[in-house]
Formats: sequence, structure tokens, C-alpha cells
Amino acid sequence: MVERTVIIVNKAGLHTRPAAAIVKTASRFQSDFFIKKGVFEINGKSIIGVMTLAAEQGSSLHLVFNGPDEEQAATAIVELFERGFGEN
Amino acid sequence: MTEAQHPHDEVIIKGVAAAPGIATGSVYLYSKMIPEVFARAITPEDVPLEIERLRNANARAEKELRKVLAFAEQKLGSDSATIFEAQVMILGDTILMGTIERRIADELRNAEYIVSDEISKYKHLMLASTDEYMHERAHDVDDVMNRIIRNIQDQKLYSRLEGASVIVTETLAPADTVVFSRNQVLGYATDLGGVTSHAALLSRSLKIPAVVGLRQATKMVKSGDTVAIDGYAGLLIINPAPATLEALAAKAGRFRAFEEKLADIAGLPAETLDHIRIELASNIEYAEEIEFAKVQGSEGVGLFRTESQLVGRPDYPGEEEQAALYAQVADAVFPHPVIFRTFDVGGDKLAPDTHHEENPFLGWRGIRVLLDRPEIFMNQLRAILRASVRRNVRIMFPMVSTLEEAKRARAFVHQAKDELRAKGVQFDARIKVGVMIEVPAAAFMAEQIAAEADFLSIGTNDLIQYMMAVDRGNESVATLYQPFNPAVIRTLHHIVEAGHKKHIWVGVCGEMAGDPLATVLLVGLGMDELSVIPPVLPEIKKIIRSIKFKDARRAVEKVLTMTREKDIRDYLSSIIKNKVPEIPLEN
Repeated sequence: MVERTVIIVNKAGLHTRPAAAIVKTASRFQSDFFIKKGVFEINGKSIIGVMTLAAEQGSSLHLVFNGPDEEQAATAIVELFERGFGEN
Repeated sequence: MTEAQHPHDEVIIKGVAAAPGIATGSVYLYSKMIPEVFARAITPEDVPLEIERLRNANARAEKELRKVLAFAEQKLGSDSATIFEAQVMILGDTILMGTIERRIADELRNAEYIVSDEISKYKHLMLASTDEYMHERAHDVDDVMNRIIRNIQDQKLYSRLEGASVIVTETLAPADTVVFSRNQVLGYATDLGGVTSHAALLSRSLKIPAVVGLRQATKMVKSGDTVAIDGYAGLLIINPAPATLEALAAKAGRFRAFEEKLADIAGLPAETLDHIRIELASNIEYAEEIEFAKVQGSEGVGLFRTESQLVGRPDYPGEEEQAALYAQVADAVFPHPVIFRTFDVGGDKLAPDTHHEENPFLGWRGIRVLLDRPEIFMNQLRAILRASVRRNVRIMFPMVSTLEEAKRARAFVHQAKDELRAKGVQFDARIKVGVMIEVPAAAFMAEQIAAEADFLSIGTNDLIQYMMAVDRGNESVATLYQPFNPAVIRTLHHIVEAGHKKHIWVGVCGEMAGDPLATVLLVGLGMDELSVIPPVLPEIKKIIRSIKFKDARRAVEKVLTMTREKDIRDYLSSIIKNKVPEIPLEN
């Protein structure tokens, strides 16, 4: 299991387009991927779930990866967050 | 309808004219269909069949949505279409659908019950958020859920729409317009919405008459009732009397004949008989409208509402995205000029970072927001400047109340220029920067503000509302919203004189500019530019070309001695009837 913490850097937070980008990237990997924010835990491969995360700029999310390619998945997803989904 | 009225009495409801034309027909009362869902136990043997029903329904729902998505992209642009894209993605959410299928098998319940129960969880989470954006997404999720359930229940969406109908509904979403337009729709009448809503824009592009903002229309009609829609005057007429129908048919004929005649003058200048040239431009919200404005004979864009970019999105677009749009608009309008009004959010217009205000019209809006949010303001100014290389771009600031605000806003333009210069980016160094006069305080200080501006454009809608202290959406006081009130006319007079004293041009970009009754007055006051919605442009040009400036001047002298709004209206109306009898006036 690999765990990471990320901060939302793009201005609009996790709106529809970034949510779609997360799900598309996560789906390329076999590993399970969950996102925790406070008491919520949602499946990172589910668009409706990721849309539910009202994560605003500056808020932090806890990412959990579990599976054969968990390291690669973590790297790809964290990079997506760090780049601000190419939105800045 | 009060009880005293006979059920077949004619009832006229006044709304907002959204798309021109006249339609008569039977009502189709459209309410968003919310399917009823009951929990039903199934046997383990039923499970495969139940899952098949779900999958088939999902496939049909996706097919429906893809059609809507394609249409929206074509008509509204890709940003507005994002809403539908997200809905399509939810239908393809394998985690969600896997959970639903597993629950059907585990709990032995019918598919629609599990769909409703599972998707509602997410909806409630979204509704629990304090973020307005999340509430909108909850509606999208709700829409998708109802679409799946309706398809599971195998209900057709609009099976009751048989033959040609006038659609009466609370509010019209772009998705509804798409489905309806494939059927025979004679016209639209909606409770909510303004002329700038997406539905209004779509009706115009589909050439379907529409009246919006009718407030209680859906409560006053039922399906099958006969109604007429007057898309010129903004009226819904329930149970129209034979005489009314005759009058409407005559009016439709008159407008059609007039519109055909007007097409001839599209290429001619807006010039009075004694050769005073008025710049006649158009008010535009979406780049897609420019083609139509040109066909109507527009000489540029006097007001480009940049805040239309914010519809349906949670953030302000970045500099690159804005620069691309502004360059596209500037190119389409060239060699004529385009005035980009910087974001006018607040009041009744949504801002991405909306917060609740007790009194939004007197709150954080227009230039006040931009001066408080320098990063947003600078992004926009740099984007506009970058689109100005062909020198046909102008900048305008909305909702300026004080001289100080005008000066500060202008300083931002200087800063934006410096930044672009430092990066070696091309722009028009002598770009014209104007101020919108729509606050009474600014109107009184017009001369001082004019000294800090390259032009003034009067936003009559807000100016009248603030001067008369009346919300025109409030029916109890709407009659006090008086464009021809002598106080308003004196103020317009003062603003023009002030601008001309400082040798800058003065225009009007509010709705008054497009009111045929106001043309003689505005020309006579000395307005250099009128910016109107494209549909009325030829009519206004026709009036300008039929009058003499010196007569209009004399008319204004007389109007300035009058003290009653009604007298002023009657007087102006008599001039039009005399000089341009073919103009179909509303009153």
C-alpha cells in the first residue's frame, strides 16, 4: 500500500474537468485507488465519487493506492495534482 | 386567474421578449418529469434479467445524452457542453454501475430502486456542501439518475407532445430545447429566465418565437389550452379572443413585410436625412451571434458581455483562454470596433465565487469586484490587450460609481500594458478605454469622469433602476421603471453634454437604445453611438434614416419642458407615427 497527501493547487478546486482527469489516469492502473478527505472516503476510479469531493484550492487530500502497480499509479496521480491539472 | 373571471376570458401575461415572432397554438405544459420509484422484491432467478434491464436503460440514456451533447457543442460551444459530458461519464462510471449491479443481486430489489438509492447518496453529499457549484452538480447527478430510471421504466420522454404545440414550462434547459426542437414546436413560454439565457439564445438561432420571465405562466395554463405568443412585445395571451388573434395575425404580417423591406437597408449607413452619422452597433454575448449581427447591418460591437464566459463554470477563464476568444471576436468584427466590457458579475449575474448578499444590486458587483480581485482583472486586461493588435478593440468598465474607481481601473490598464511590453507582446498602445455610466453618482460626475475616459457608454437599464429606486422585476412597482421619465431624460442630457465638453463620444448600450420610441430622443440628445440587440437593429436604422437631426434636436428641446412621462411617450410616439409610419410600435 502506498499513501500520499496532496494539496489542491489549481484555482477552481476539483471541478468536473480535473475530476475526469483523475479518473481517466487512475483507470490506466490495476491498483485500487481511494481518496480520503476528512471523514469521506471515495473510490478514485469513480467519476461520481470524485465529483462529490468539494475540494477547494488549498485543501488537502489523502490518497491511498493498493495493488501490483501502486507505485506507478501514485506517481502518475500525484503528478496530476502537482501540475494543477494543467489549469493554471 | 381570479374566481371572478370566466375560465375562457382572455388573460394577458407580460414577460420578456426573447425571440421574435408570433405563434398561436395549443399548450404543452412541460414539467420536468420525475419518475416514481417503488421498491420491489425480486427472486434470485430475476437478477440477470433485472441487470439486463439496467444495462439496456443505461445504453439508451447514453444515446440520448450523446445527441444532446453533440447539439450543445455545436450551438453553445464546448465549455457549456461540459455539463453533458460529465453526465455521459457518470453513465460510464464502472465503479458506480458495478456497485448498483452487486446491490441488485445482494439485496434482491428492482433496478430502479437501487439506482435511485445509490445515486441519491452522492446527490445528498453534494447538496450538503455550502458551495453553490456543488449544488448545480447535484442537479446534473439528479438529471442522470432520472434519465436512467425513466429508461428502465421504458417511458418515452415527451410522448405526449403530439403535433405542433406551444411549450409552456418553468425553465428551459438547453437539453430540453434540443429534444423539443426535433418535434414541432411553435413557440416557448417560460416562467423564469431573461433574454440572455441559453434557452433564449437557442430559440433565436432555431427561429422559434419565445417569451421568458412570465413568472406564473405554468400555474395559469394546462395542456391543450389555446394560447398565443407575441415574441415582439413579450406577451403570453391565454384564450386569445378572436379579435386578438386577428390583430396578432395582422401584426405578424406587418412585421414580416417590414422585415423584408428592412433587409434592403442593411448595407446603408445609420445617417439622418441631414447627414449626421450615428454609429449603430450591437450588444453581443456570444461570439456565435456576430454573424447574425452583421447580417442585420451592425457596424461593430458596442457591448460585448465578457461575463457570458462564466456561465456554467466554477472559475474565471485564464488569460490564454480569454485572449483566444477576444481575438476571435475582434477578427470577426474587423474592420469595425468591438468594446469589451470587463466582467460585470454580481447583482443578478452569477460570479464564480458567489456569496450571498442581502441586497446584491447595491452590493459587490462590476468594477468593485475587479478592483478587489487584481489577479482576475489583470488576466482579463492582458487578454483584451493581446486581442487589440488590429486596433479595433476598446475596453469598458462597468458599474463605476466614483471618479476614483475610474482612475484606479485605468491604472490597471497601464500596468497590464507595461507587463505585456516587458514580455515583448504586441498590442494597441493607444487602445481606447471607456466608462459605463449606470450609477447616478457617476452620471452627476460625468464631466470629471469624462476627463479620465476615451468614451462614455450609458447603461440605461441600471441607471433607470437606480435613479427611480425601482426593481423592474418587482411587479408591484414595475410601472415606476420609466425610461422616459423626465428625470432620466435630464440625466441623459447632462451626460452627453459633459462628454462632449471633454471632446469624447457618448453612446447608449442599454435596452433603451433598441426601443424605437427612444430613437428620436437619443439622436436629438446628441448621442454619437447606439448599441442594440441585433434583432432590432434594422428598425432603429430605418428611423435614423427617416429623420432630420435638427428636428430631433427641436423635439428634445420640447421634451425637456415636459414633466409627465406619459406626455413624453405620446409626443415621441406621434413623431414616429408621422415620420416613419411603417414602424410597428408597441404602444
